[in-house]
Amino acid sequence: MGSRWSPYDNNGGTCVAIAGANYCVVAADTRMSTGYSILTREYSKTCKLADKCVLASSGFQADVRALQKNLSAKHLFYQHQHNKQMSCPAMGQLLSNTLYYKRFFPYYAFNVLGGLDNEGKGCVFTYDAVGSYERVGYSTQGSGSSLIMPVLDNQLKSPSPLLLPAKDAITPLSESEAVDLVKDVFASATERDIYTGDKVEIVIINDVGIRREYIDLRKD
Amino acid sequence: MSTPEVGVPRKGGFNFDLCRRNEMLFSKGIKPPSFLKTGTTIVGLVFKDGVVLGADTRATEGPIVADKNCEKIHYMAPNIYCCGAGTAADTEAVTDMISSQLQMHRYATGRESRVVTSLTLLKSHLFSYQGHVSAALVLGGVDVTGPHLHTIYPHGSTDTLPYATMGSGSLAAMAVFESKYKEGLTREEGIELVAEAICSGIFNDLGSGSNVDVCVITKGKTEYLRSHQLPNPRTYVSSKGYTFSKGLTEVLSTKITPLKQKQADTVPEGGDFMEE
Repeated sequence: MGSRWSPYDNNGGTCVAIAGANYCVVAADTRMSTGYSILTREYSKTCKLADKCVLASSGFQADVRALQKNLSAKHLFYQHQHNKQMSCPAMGQLLSNTLYYKRFFPYYAFNVLGGLDNEGKGCVFTYDAVGSYERVGYSTQGSGSSLIMPVLDNQLKSPSPLLLPAKDAITPLSESEAVDLVKDVFASATERDIYTGDKVEIVIINDVGIRREYIDLRKD
Repeated sequence: MSTPEVGVPRKGGFNFDLCRRNEMLFSKGIKPPSFLKTGTTIVGLVFKDGVVLGADTRATEGPIVADKNCEKIHYMAPNIYCCGAGTAADTEAVTDMISSQLQMHRYATGRESRVVTSLTLLKSHLFSYQGHVSAALVLGGVDVTGPHLHTIYPHGSTDTLPYATMGSGSLAAMAVFESKYKEGLTREEGIELVAEAICSGIFNDLGSGSNVDVCVITKGKTEYLRSHQLPNPRTYVSSKGYTFSKGLTEVLSTKITPLKQKQADTVPEGGDFMEE
């Protein structure tokens, strides 16, 4: 019995997003690989879907591209019908619906969506491949997520979502502290995860607009 | 006529019962434990006065880097070293075992070990285990008959070559050798080419990484250059470190039990209760 052809591949990569009081940091490394080979060292895993809404995705990048095109097309229709940009929570629901629509032939994509909500507060949505999602204060997805998540939990512990009355999951860090933490967790994940490396692309969304920063990671 | 002996182990030869049992368990969906694999780049070349061996220093367990600075160039004899790729335990055990046999052989003969001797010992061991000992080796050394370089595959086949590569980064490293190797390299040129081949594996193969180890063997002299190059330092260190203040773990309840003075033990005469 030979191994059957698979429609999926895993291109690795790690994504992180952190929501602050008036900012959101979305980051992903720029390595794309398959098996033991690097396909490219500068592949952007982030996608600006709306003015205050950025998606970072790891998994199978062919599916990720198809998903990004799908969301962008739907967002274009939305703009024509409503004459405005979609809000980040609305995009969050749209992404969930789009993923669940392919419940039995899923997009092999692990997403974190970051941006600002209607009140200008940072928001992060985290997903599984078939559309289960949750609004959180911070999240990480992809090959290095199991290395990064405990560090974020320790540094940015958020209140339980079961608390009544509900509390904001916003992190107490300043924007520059959050960016510094993101750089550090990526440098650490690169030390131990073979699929994370080369560069981190850090997208910072605040009331001024969107800004991008890059730092080098190990290339081995 | 003798009756067939059922359940009695045959005399001599190898017993693969456990392999068959493991295959049966595997086919029923039981996962065997994972091994530490040195998804590796190892190389060697012959230069004017001897051989140069090289290796990266990354050991992986699936997608995780298990060891960032391991040693893959193993000692066989004072004039022979061996690079190992494959399951870390196998490369370590097989080189240790054969190096002991070589030592014993030197005590018996009083002569320097030959590279072909270690080649034969290694390949016959690997062949007898039919590829189940997953060690892919690059063996190099200088003996009374001159410099020698060999590759040994896990099933026991061998090659004799002027330049050789092994492991998951072997193609990346061989690309460098095929474009730049020539006969009669100097010592410095040899080291430089080996380091370049290892770097090619480190940067282009995800199973290889971290540092470059080199070993230069010439007639009557062996130099082990551990961490010959360090091309992968950490790229970012947080400006403020991490400090964890005391009392972060919440105390839910406290109970203090005072210790009671134990009555002095009376040692029985000629007693031996302290003995095992």
